[in-house]
Amino acid sequence: MDQALERLGSVQRDHFRADHIGYIFQMFNLIPYLSVVDNVVLPCRFSARRRAKALARGNDLITEARRLLYHLDMDHPALHQRAVTTLSVGQQQRVAAARALMGSPELLIADEPTSSLDADRRESFIRLLFDECREVGATLIFVSHDASLEHLFDRTVDLAAINGSGQGAAEP
Amino acid sequence: MAILSLAWLSLRNRRFTAALTVISIALSVTLLIGVERLRTEARASFANTISGTDLIVGARGGAVQLLLYSVFRIGNATNNISWQSYRDIAAHPKVAWTIPLSLGDSHRGFRVLGTTGDYFRHYRYARDRGLELAQGKPFEDLYDAVLGAEVAETLGYSLGDQIIVAHGTGDVGFARHEDKPFRVVGILARTGTPVDRTVHVSLEAIEAIHVDWRSGAPIPGLSVSAEQARQMDLTPKAITAALVGLKSRIATFQVQRFINDYPEEPLSAILPGVALSELWGLVGVAENALLLVSAFVVVVGLFGMLTALLTSLEERRREMAILRSVGARPAHVFALIMGEAGFLTLLGIALGLGILYLLLLISQPLIQTRYGIFISLGGLSGYELILLGAVVLAGFLVGSVPAYRAYRLSLADGLSIRI
Repeated sequence: MDQALERLGSVQRDHFRADHIGYIFQMFNLIPYLSVVDNVVLPCRFSARRRAKALARGNDLITEARRLLYHLDMDHPALHQRAVTTLSVGQQQRVAAARALMGSPELLIADEPTSSLDADRRESFIRLLFDECREVGATLIFVSHDASLEHLFDRTVDLAAINGSGQGAAEP
Repeated sequence: MAILSLAWLSLRNRRFTAALTVISIALSVTLLIGVERLRTEARASFANTISGTDLIVGARGGAVQLLLYSVFRIGNATNNISWQSYRDIAAHPKVAWTIPLSLGDSHRGFRVLGTTGDYFRHYRYARDRGLELAQGKPFEDLYDAVLGAEVAETLGYSLGDQIIVAHGTGDVGFARHEDKPFRVVGILARTGTPVDRTVHVSLEAIEAIHVDWRSGAPIPGLSVSAEQARQMDLTPKAITAALVGLKSRIATFQVQRFINDYPEEPLSAILPGVALSELWGLVGVAENALLLVSAFVVVVGLFGMLTALLTSLEERRREMAILRSVGARPAHVFALIMGEAGFLTLLGIALGLGILYLLLLISQPLIQTRYGIFISLGGLSGYELILLGAVVLAGFLVGSVPAYRAYRLSLADGLSIRI
């Protein structure tokens, strides 16, 4: 993306984040007063670039949101009508994933998105995520303390190693 | 626009507390605009009490006092004007008409006014509206009386009824002119002025009921019957005050000086408009205090909104972090809370005006018959719009406090979610 982040002002960094990065948090990812589809469309309200990309893929934002939800096994129409707070944690995480992928950002940052899922769900969720990332061409950065997931990824970095190097640099 | 629809949806999500906030703002707006409306109409109806009269003449004294007893029938005159002085003023070449007023008696709490037929011809109130008879005719016979609308309504009189006039303004049983009853010959249409609360009789009648009285009591051993009184010379010796209409307004000050410098007797002539505004200046303090109180009620209502928004912020920090993660800038977070404050204020104003107009619609006939104040249901006046504008401004000002706090919190929290 050819941008030196440290040279950007805070407003520019906000714009950069809105345009290029999708986030998935550990849990409680959704805005409680918005519908499932509205939650997924949300990034397009703040980024013209992601809006344009989403529109390029589908006829309109709602169709694109539905398509993503379908790919993440959240295509049941009854689910779309329900208040997001009544969804199960796994369903909420998939809606969050659809939102992070909306408008094809280049980078997807997932901060322990599977920690509240059981083992079966965990792997299927990650596979779905991989499939979608491949389709939109996004890089996935996945943070987890679950070493059993390690074999699924191309590259792994041990956080302790980064922290250690940071400490090393701080001491002369 | 996106952020405004978010603000709206967020309010809908918290519709219960939002509704309470809106209602508290609405009621305060109802009070504020209601007080302002009532105040304006009361002032207008006050200023409408007398019009068309260029000068009010009475014994020398304060302008407000003269206005109070001659027009509002409140209090008593300190002194009278002699009939000769009144004749001289009426004969002044610049004077078009005069209405003599003789006060001092009452009927069951309502003042009795002795005057002439000119009263019905020349007296004007509101914007040049003359007196109209709802029933009957002006007095012709010596013992005829014409009642104001409220007198007839309160006491249940109709044409042909007999009424007894009491001496003085207190309704004490032993000082009545019982030997000379009056007959109701006319009832005036409602005016919303003190005329409604007045019993009108002729000047001669006032003279007639007092022929056998002296110093406020019947002269012992002397009793003149109603029929005997008709034969006597009933030219009044004195009157209380007089309303004067001039041929041209330009002459106002000239005639005023003539009356004030009248050599035979200390008199004073006042301009009704000047005296009315002087009197309103006295009443106006209370009226301003009322408006001030209602303004404070609006502030209290807005503080309710402040509390509701501020307390919600703590539990919404997660929501702010999520919004930040999908690309909202801190400015968006600020705008979101401002949008909510704006919606609450505007909804409050809309609901408040709705309540106000509903109340006015219901109470309008009641206020008119009870207090003689006509409250128009028309659109908002310029001043009311200014007041509402101030409420909107105050709403945004109050909203900026939680908005700024949310802005600071979202800067501090960034994308980290606090549970």
